[in-house]
Amino acid sequence: MTTEAIAPPPSTKSQVLRSFDVTDFPALNGLEEEWRFTPLKRLGELVTAVKLTGVAPAIEHGDLPAGVTLSHVDNADAVLTPFDRVSALAYGSADGVTLIEVAPETELAEAVVLRLVGKGGDAAAARTLVKVGAFAKVTIVLEQTGTAVLADNIEVVTADSAQLTFVTVAEWDAGAVQAQHIKLVVGKDARVQHVQVALGGDLVRQSTSVEYTGRGGDAELWGLYFADAGQHFEHRQLVDHTVPDCRSYVGYRGALQGASAKTVWVGDVLIRATATGTDTYEINRNLILTDGAIAHSVPNLEIETGEVAGAGHASATGRFDDEQLFYLMARGIPEGEARKLVVRGFFAELLNKIPVEELRERLGDAVEARLAEYTS
Amino acid sequence: MSTLEIRDLQVSVKLPEGELKPILAGVDLTVKAGETHAIMGPNGSGKSTLAYSIAGHPKYQITGGSVTLDGQDVLAMTVDERARAGLFLAMQYPVEVPGVSVANFLRTAKTAIDGEAPKLRTWAGELRGAMEKLQMDPAFAQRNVNEGFSGGEKKRHEIMQLELLKPKVAILDETDSGLDIDALRIVSEGVNRVRETGETGLLLITHYTRILRYIKPDFVHVFVAGKIVEQGGPELSEQLEAEGYERYVAARA
Ligand SMILES: Nc1ncnc2c1ncn2[C@@H]1O[C@H](COP(=O)(O)OP(=O)(O)O)[C@@H](O)[C@H]1O
Ligand SMILES: [Mg+2]
Repeated sequence: MTTEAIAPPPSTKSQVLRSFDVTDFPALNGLEEEWRFTPLKRLGELVTAVKLTGVAPAIEHGDLPAGVTLSHVDNADAVLTPFDRVSALAYGSADGVTLIEVAPETELAEAVVLRLVGKGGDAAAARTLVKVGAFAKVTIVLEQTGTAVLADNIEVVTADSAQLTFVTVAEWDAGAVQAQHIKLVVGKDARVQHVQVALGGDLVRQSTSVEYTGRGGDAELWGLYFADAGQHFEHRQLVDHTVPDCRSYVGYRGALQGASAKTVWVGDVLIRATATGTDTYEINRNLILTDGAIAHSVPNLEIETGEVAGAGHASATGRFDDEQLFYLMARGIPEGEARKLVVRGFFAELLNKIPVEELRERLGDAVEARLAEYTS
Repeated sequence: MSTLEIRDLQVSVKLPEGELKPILAGVDLTVKAGETHAIMGPNGSGKSTLAYSIAGHPKYQITGGSVTLDGQDVLAMTVDERARAGLFLAMQYPVEVPGVSVANFLRTAKTAIDGEAPKLRTWAGELRGAMEKLQMDPAFAQRNVNEGFSGGEKKRHEIMQLELLKPKVAILDETDSGLDIDALRIVSEGVNRVRETGETGLLLITHYTRILRYIKPDFVHVFVAGKIVEQGGPELSEQLEAEGYERYVAARA
């Protein structure tokens, strides 16, 4: 088991370089604070190129319910200003914008399911913009499968009092590489729940940043990842509290098994001087199932005001609890089944955030199936 | 009628550095279905070691002797095989299993022990009945196993499992500890219900005589420094209540 808890760097996360032009960013060498855990080589062109020319996989979907539209537009006002080279590369290379709009006051009982199926080919870039109107209440699921080398930006804007549950699932085939940036803009009294699932792909690096535009905004970022031998999953959050009386909760959980399975979680939360009354908590937990797997976990909280409602962080990385296993087996439950129960239990809180039963069950089963690879 | 036979059992605890620390120095005990035995001894005498090594906890290493259930070699079985063979251990410190509900856990355990899933139609009622008898709120079934349970709830949950899983021989390790008088009565009534079936052999491990006012043992064994130093009937527990363990501990010094 390897755990690393590293002191936060002295420079504040609020001062990083931001630009739409990839050439404004210096070439990466892997020593940068933001890249030191990432095997740059495996990102290939996503790191070295100044323009990506591959064709990005299109978003597929069934009939969209009333109030929801999907279109392809040439451009749209930027919501995210890239703060790293790959995100800027994606911006400059993307061929237009996939625009998903939810009309104000749309309330949907069923989730809108979008599918992105990679078909291989050259490294590509994509940009997606999701706009959720005021008082709308929707669940949007984005499933990412197949194979691709993809740099993409997803911008999500929720208007005042909107409620969005946004589930993104990375279930790429082996060999796929993705560097993704998701920007969530939370309106006044809006509530955004993002559930980020990473199960498949060779290297998946996902950054999520959160910004508030009015009081009473609430963002919950949930993450579930399971890395097998050779997989690298990296999740970074940047929650920037500039507005008073907003709330954020970041809860990521991962399991790792097999030689050189590697995960990285870096949770940055900034509470600016203006953001009085902020309530925030971030926690990352990792379950190391076999030798040779490495989980890096770095919480970082910067607080510039004394008037917060709550602020805290926690990080724990540990091995499988043999006492739990013993307890279950002492009730006749065979070892393999006991392990499945414990791991499914470990992820239960996160899976329960997914309001689509079929997806919840499928992901739970997928996690169990992964476990069986090592216990059978 | 089932019989658990423990013969000259010698057990060491595995220390973190890999060394072995001998704890049990030759234990002989026979427990038959329908019998109730009490093992009484001071703290640190090895009572939990006996319980855990019979259940197969990996922290303990058997260095000598044998344990059989109806002639089958228990020590050759894995932990889950022992439970399916009919052994049950109510633990002194039941373990939390986050994210696994009591209902799911019990159904999984029942399925494993019986070799088939309980009938949907009757299982819900059986579960509700077991909970009612132990005065547990129905909402309890949806809570995660032992997570945030009070001491009393943990012990009631252990006894509920005892009643539902119907083992051949059950070892109850300090089920009385940490219980207030009402909880002790409720738990004892549960144990007595199992006892009255006449189909389970019970081995009550306890430090205090308190629980023996509610559950009358047929046999009492005094356990000191890793072995049984005296055996008798219920009168022995009364004597222990009056005199404590000093006599036995002093005799060794
Ligand atoms: N992990 C351990 N390391 C060292 N000593 C241990 C360990 N576990 C148990 N022991 C020792 O084994 C002896 C018996 O413990 P236990 O079986 O728990 O006794 P009891 O249940 O009678 O109180 C005690 O002296 C205790 O200190
Ligand atoms: Mg004990």
